[in-house]
Amino acid sequence: MKEKNYKWPYENEVGIEETLTCDVLVLGGGLSGCFAAIAAARKGQSVVLVEKGAVEKSGSAGTGFDHWESACTNPCSEVTPEEIAEAYVNEQDRYSNGIAHYIECREGYDRLLDLESFGGKIRDTEDEFAGAEFRDEKTKLMFAYDYKNKFTIRVWGSTFKPALVKEMRRLGVRILERTEATALLLTSDREDNDGKEKKVRGAGAMGMDVHTGKFYILRAKATVLAMSRPARVWLFDSDLPGLCEFRPMQSIGSGHAMGWRAGVEFTMMEKSVRAEFSAAGRSFPPYGAGNNHNTWYAATMVDARGVEIPYVNRDGEELKTVSERYYPAPGQKFFLKGGVIDNPKYEYRGPETLDFEELMKRGYQLPFYADLSRMPDAERRVIWGMMVGEEAKTKIPIYKNYKDRGFDPEKHMLQSYGTGWQSANFLEQERQFFGAPGGIMHDWDLKTNIDGIYAAGDQLYASDCAGFACATGYYAGRKASDYASGTDLGEICREDTEREKQRLYAPLYTDKEAGVGWKELNQAISKAMQNYCGGVKCEALLLEGLDLLKSYEAEVVPRLSASNPHDLMRIHEVLDILTVAQLVLHASLARKSSSEPLFFRRSDYPEMDPERDRKHIVIRQAKGHVKIREVPLDFFGELKSEYEKRNQDYIEEAAERGKS
Amino acid sequence: MEKVEFTVEPVPCSTIPLKYNEALCIGCGRCAAVCQCDILLPSQEKGKHPIIMYPGECYYCGACVMVCPVPGALTLQHPLMNRAKFVPVKEVPEHTEEGTGFGNPLR
Repeated sequence: MKEKNYKWPYENEVGIEETLTCDVLVLGGGLSGCFAAIAAARKGQSVVLVEKGAVEKSGSAGTGFDHWESACTNPCSEVTPEEIAEAYVNEQDRYSNGIAHYIECREGYDRLLDLESFGGKIRDTEDEFAGAEFRDEKTKLMFAYDYKNKFTIRVWGSTFKPALVKEMRRLGVRILERTEATALLLTSDREDNDGKEKKVRGAGAMGMDVHTGKFYILRAKATVLAMSRPARVWLFDSDLPGLCEFRPMQSIGSGHAMGWRAGVEFTMMEKSVRAEFSAAGRSFPPYGAGNNHNTWYAATMVDARGVEIPYVNRDGEELKTVSERYYPAPGQKFFLKGGVIDNPKYEYRGPETLDFEELMKRGYQLPFYADLSRMPDAERRVIWGMMVGEEAKTKIPIYKNYKDRGFDPEKHMLQSYGTGWQSANFLEQERQFFGAPGGIMHDWDLKTNIDGIYAAGDQLYASDCAGFACATGYYAGRKASDYASGTDLGEICREDTEREKQRLYAPLYTDKEAGVGWKELNQAISKAMQNYCGGVKCEALLLEGLDLLKSYEAEVVPRLSASNPHDLMRIHEVLDILTVAQLVLHASLARKSSSEPLFFRRSDYPEMDPERDRKHIVIRQAKGHVKIREVPLDFFGELKSEYEKRNQDYIEEAAERGKS
Repeated sequence: MEKVEFTVEPVPCSTIPLKYNEALCIGCGRCAAVCQCDILLPSQEKGKHPIIMYPGECYYCGACVMVCPVPGALTLQHPLMNRAKFVPVKEVPEHTEEGTGFGNPLR
């Protein structure tokens, strides 16, 4: 094979160091990171953005996304930001991110208009769907889910990332691509004279070029963490590692890991759900099998005989027409659907196909199929062609390939697998961070417990969709800028950067023959987490898990071996997974009861959601010890007034824009 | 810092996610430039398509095909196990009663 003699195609810059200095440093170039950078640049800050891939198509929405939730301020909306944000908080039994959801509801539509001004497509300008029930003829905006209240907008998300890159370049953001951020930098004065912990500030980050191995010291007045959520903690497939999780291969929670190492606080990390997506294993590619959720809402479903599966409203009344699937029930103001809404409370429950158990009782036969041929033309075309097409990972691997295989939605029906809409059959111990998982604890500025360090998008606790990512990214970028304007560049310590450099390069110098590869360690961590942190947890089990992971740290990590910067990047991803796994075990140990909304079961503390534990159990790491504090679930206060107290500048700007 | 030499060779995988059509590919390297998982490395021969060095790390997002300037030069396909089945639509059964199992599932 000719590749046998292939030489590493990039320069070798191991040991070479470059220091960059800026006002605001953004880690992660997905939607939230791009918007953080744009907000900071608009405020006149010098900005560096670090991205491990290439920004044009990177992140969860790199190749698109199809609907934008909670656009409550769009001109057609019949709901207020308060109504929807509070509904989300209630829906999740208050284990929800009121602050971030409110920002999403209040500012999300502004970000959509930004995207349009950068060249993204947010309305049906070509009149492809003229006259459709979900389309507003005046604005040409198209809505999903609730056609009465119109707060979810169907968008052409494949146009967004290229538009964001263009805008960042126009604003002079310095983009460091193919660069992996690996650690946060803190100011050097860590202890006062009596050895007491002193308040440190964020001072930037460190990282590595994943092509050349060059080491970066990135000094900044303020830093925004926007590096997605953890993955591959329970799920791993050594043959198809790129397929084993929902989010991109390289989005594995490095931002969480470096945050934990630096002392950033986390909440709800004990929450994980039975896995929903792993196309390397027990499920099909997202949106690639017949179903009637999310992108596919509200597809007509039929059983093996071709008998249509009824949709019912929240009162169990059968809906006769397709149109009725998109309207609230009599007496209901609005309903919730979307990324994190699985089985909503009665108050917010929308139309849904009849429960599976009930279908079995009534004699419906598996397999089920999505049959778009029975839907009105516009509904069929908007699901297959627009939504499947614009949603991430669908334009080529699903839409184009199925078309090439001969699929015609007017003539064929697409099979659904398993017993639910996810087309998946996972075991209880195969878990995933899904359905508004835990993440970074923050205040109303999206600031972490460390001054100068902010977080956005999927790094925030209880995050969900693209609109959430964009809105919180922009907000964090704004607040980080305000902070940066009033502070100086913190002093950093040479010892810290040297230690990180050693840590980063170590696997290049280990004995290759006796070395351990990243896949072997990832597989061991995932198996350990399935065994020690699965569906049922207890103290002894969790402690054994920690013990095992610590033994990996002591015995296996020093033997990890890499032959080039790509392998080195994968190794550091797995080291971050190892850190996150321990964070999850610590969080699980800290909650001494079980909880339904957190999908958290402890056999030694079986009591479900006792009042004493209905709170955030916030944890951080300091000098190797875990520090715990409790925070009331509604710590964010009354959403509208708390927001307005802190955002008069934005409100005034928005009013100005409205006038012009 | 001691100098190390980088080495690399393709990692075996049970499936190859991408196929290049050598006759159509112009070797522009756009696919490798946008791949966020960085599974493609540039060819050592000028004008040739990149090498699929890490096929197992493909996330099957399709970005490479989306930016490819020559239709058909690059195709992406999920592993065999992930190609969902579809069948011709069925007529709505006329006399189906719920619970009878009546119908013609193989039509």
